[in-house]
Parts: sequence; structure tokens; C-alpha cells
Amino acid sequence: MTDNTASISLINIHKKFGENEVLRGISLDAYKGDVISVLGPSGSGKSTLLRCINLLEIPDQGRLLVSGEEVKMKQNRSGINQPADSRQVEQIRTRLAMVFQQFNLWSHMTILENVIEAPVHVLKIPKKQAVENGHHYLEKVGIADKWDAYPAHLSGGQQQRAAIARALAVEPEVMLFDEPTSALDPELVGEVLQVMRTLAEEGRTMIVVTHEMGFAREVSSRVVFLDHGLIMEDGDPLHLFDNPQTERFKTFIQAMV
Amino acid sequence: MVSLRVSTPHPVRTMLNLQGYGPSILEGTILSLEVSIASLGIAMLLGIIGALSKLSNSKPLRLVAQLYTTIIRGIPDLVLMLLVFFGGQVFINQIGPLVGYDEYIDINPFIAGVSTIGFIFGAYMTETFRGAILAVSKGQLEAGSAYGMSNFLVFRRITLPQMIRHALPAFGNNWLVLIKTTALVSIIGLDDMVRKAGLAAGATRKPFTFYLVVAINYLIITTVSIYLLKYLEKRYSVGVREASD
Repeated sequence: MTDNTASISLINIHKKFGENEVLRGISLDAYKGDVISVLGPSGSGKSTLLRCINLLEIPDQGRLLVSGEEVKMKQNRSGINQPADSRQVEQIRTRLAMVFQQFNLWSHMTILENVIEAPVHVLKIPKKQAVENGHHYLEKVGIADKWDAYPAHLSGGQQQRAAIARALAVEPEVMLFDEPTSALDPELVGEVLQVMRTLAEEGRTMIVVTHEMGFAREVSSRVVFLDHGLIMEDGDPLHLFDNPQTERFKTFIQAMV
Repeated sequence: MVSLRVSTPHPVRTMLNLQGYGPSILEGTILSLEVSIASLGIAMLLGIIGALSKLSNSKPLRLVAQLYTTIIRGIPDLVLMLLVFFGGQVFINQIGPLVGYDEYIDINPFIAGVSTIGFIFGAYMTETFRGAILAVSKGQLEAGSAYGMSNFLVFRRITLPQMIRHALPAFGNNWLVLIKTTALVSIIGLDDMVRKAGLAAGATRKPFTFYLVVAINYLIITTVSIYLLKYLEKRYSVGVREASD
């Protein structure tokens, strides 16, 4: 892998749900160290776009490359796109960690068990080492003392930080955040954003679907604005926020601030 | 008064005098337990296969599972058992010669009983397990996939441990009914506790005594089961907020 290979490369991605065309041809390259904020009104397709990257949604059309490796697709009998090789999909997903809006921690496992689950059972890292790493990542997100608690016993902010630790534990090439603060009480948003800011400053590659304008403006290196399944704006946040190129983005910013 | 008490035996003591049939009833009780546990094993296996079939993407699989639960749940247990035992006997002896086996084959009543009960309760377990699988949070399963787990690993590491909690109440119910259903095996000649009690009752002409003992035995087994299930429910609720569930 050379430095100019995109970590994620989306080429002309289309996705329909029934008659509703959610993504209408999206092309996007994310490079190592990029922190991309994906903005857009609800229904603009931004979450679907993120979910296409780790194939939780299968694009109907288009190509997806992860660090230059193309996801192989085939068409089933009804002509619908499907991954040709489920092993490849599983392998690619281990390199892309996702943080969900609803946290989706495994409720029957303690926080530490959540964090070491994928390293031990998917990446086959020795348990002892995974536990050691797990404690390290829990410390990093500031909940080291909660390692043996169950998710239900933590606040929303703590749960989301645990979910970020779970994502870090697989040492991903790219971290995907799907509205990570949208399900949180307002007073808990800050602690999660603070952790994400730290990760961004470490140079991690992140793609963040968010409504947090402050984060998009101050932390991200690039902002992408989606509307009706198309990328309307794409650029440096400081420049973009001050000089919106489209009327849609201008109205969107005004409505959000 | 004193002479009367001496001459008339104590009523309860008389009633519970098993006249030497105690060990025989105990043997029957052990057999009943064996039938219960073996049937439960089959029922659980069929139940999980049935539930996964019903939830699968394959239409034929869903259809077969639907047919299975519909038929089994619509026919009385007693009739099914008679059908399997007598019908199975005829069927096997017609098939036998065709595959070069000429001797008359007797269906082992233990196998017939256990497979019938297992088959019946497999249908109920199918519904129980199906509901329990559906109760597991979709997002948590998705998180499993998102971290590169195969479908099998997601099932083993996330679905299975979580569905146990959701399945336990109905599972316990099925188990209690299953235990009681084993009484039916006495009609196909298995020496379970009901049949042993029947034999003893006939010989001693004390049916009430022996059937009361059987009733008490069943009650002991089911009561112990209930406490065991309570313990399991508590164990598998770990990580669930006490107030919300």
C-alpha cells in the first residue's frame, strides 16, 4: 500500500430502498488521517452511505475499495447486487470499526468482554494480550474503572465511550461513526466528542456522520454535505462554512446554528 | 377410646402402605425421568432447528417448519403416540424386507415414546425459540456483523446467550408439560411410574394409594424443576437492568 492509495474509495455508489433512491451516485475518497464529517438533513442518505462502507447495506451499484482492495460483487438471480465472497466481507469489516448511534454494546457481556470480543474471537489475538489492550483502551476513553460493569449499568455517554473502546480494540484502518452523539442526553454529548477529538488529533482516519456542527467545523479536516442522495459540497470546513457554494448548504447551516 | 385406636389402623399410614411395591414405583419414577430428559434433548434440538428454519431466508425451509408446527400442535399427543408406535411398527416391517431384513422388528417402546414426545415438544420449542431469537436486539447482532463475525459466530456469541433469557419462561412451561406428558408412555407398554402404579393398584386393589404416590412424585419433580428454572432465569438475566425487566 502506497501513501496515495485511498483508505476508502467509493465510486458511483447507488442504493435504493424499494422505490426510494437514497444514494444517487456517490463518489468519495478518504485518505489516511482524514477526519471527514458527513453532514446533511435527515433522509439525505448519510447513514446509508456510512453503512455501505462496511457493507451493512449492500450498494445496488458502484464500487467500493478498502485500501485498494475492491469488494467483489455479484448479481443474484433477481439481479440484485450481492457480495461475491462473504469471507472477504468479514475480513474487510475487521479493518473498519463502527460506532453506532444506539451504542449496540452486547448487553450480556461486561464492558471489558465487549472490548475483547472481536479481538479474541475474530482476530484471534491471545486472550491475555486482548485483556491487556482492552484495559488500555478503556483507560484511553476514561472508563477504566467500569471494566467489569454491564452496559445497562452505565450512562449513555459511558456506553458510547465503551463502544469507542471496542472500536479501537480492533485497531482499525478507518473508524466509522454513525451519529455517535444523537442518542445522548445533551449533558453527555461533550464527553463523547472530547474522546473523538483526541482520536482525531492522533491522526486516526475517521468518517463521522453527525449533526454536531462544532465538531464538524473545529475537528474535522474535511466536510461533506449530502442532500437527496448526492454530495452537494465537499471541502475544508473553515472555508466551506464561511463560503457555502450551494443554497441548500447555506440554509442547512443557518438552520443548525 | 384406647382400645379403638389399637384395633383400627391409622388411616394415613394405611393409605401410604405400599405393600412392598415401593421399589417398583421408584424404578418407574426413574424411567419417567429418563424419558423426560431424553425427550427434552430431542425437543430442544428440533426446536432450535425449527426456529432457525422459520427465520431463515429459504422458503422451502420455512414451509417445512411451518408444516411441522401446524401438524404437531393440531393433533392430540395421545393420538400421535399411538400413530408413531403402531404405525411405525407396520411401516418398519414393510420397509425391512425391502432392504433385505427379514426378521420381524419390534419397535422399542422407549425409543418410540421418547421420539414421539421429543417430536411433539420440538414443535412447541420451535415457537418458544423463534420468539426468543426475535427478542434479541437487532442492533447488537448488527454490531457483531460489523466487527467481522460470521453468521455462525454471531449466533453462538450473541444470539444464543441472549435468547436463553428470553426463552426460559416459556421453555420452563414446556418442560413442565413435557414431564406430565410422559405419563402417556404407559399406554405403549413402557414401565414408567404410572404403569407400575397401575400394576400395583390392580394387585392390591388400592388404586387411590398408588396413584396418589404417583401424583406426589410428579409434583416433587415439577417443583424441583420450577426452582431450578428460577435459578437459571436469574443467572441468565445478568447484565439486564433489574428495574426494567
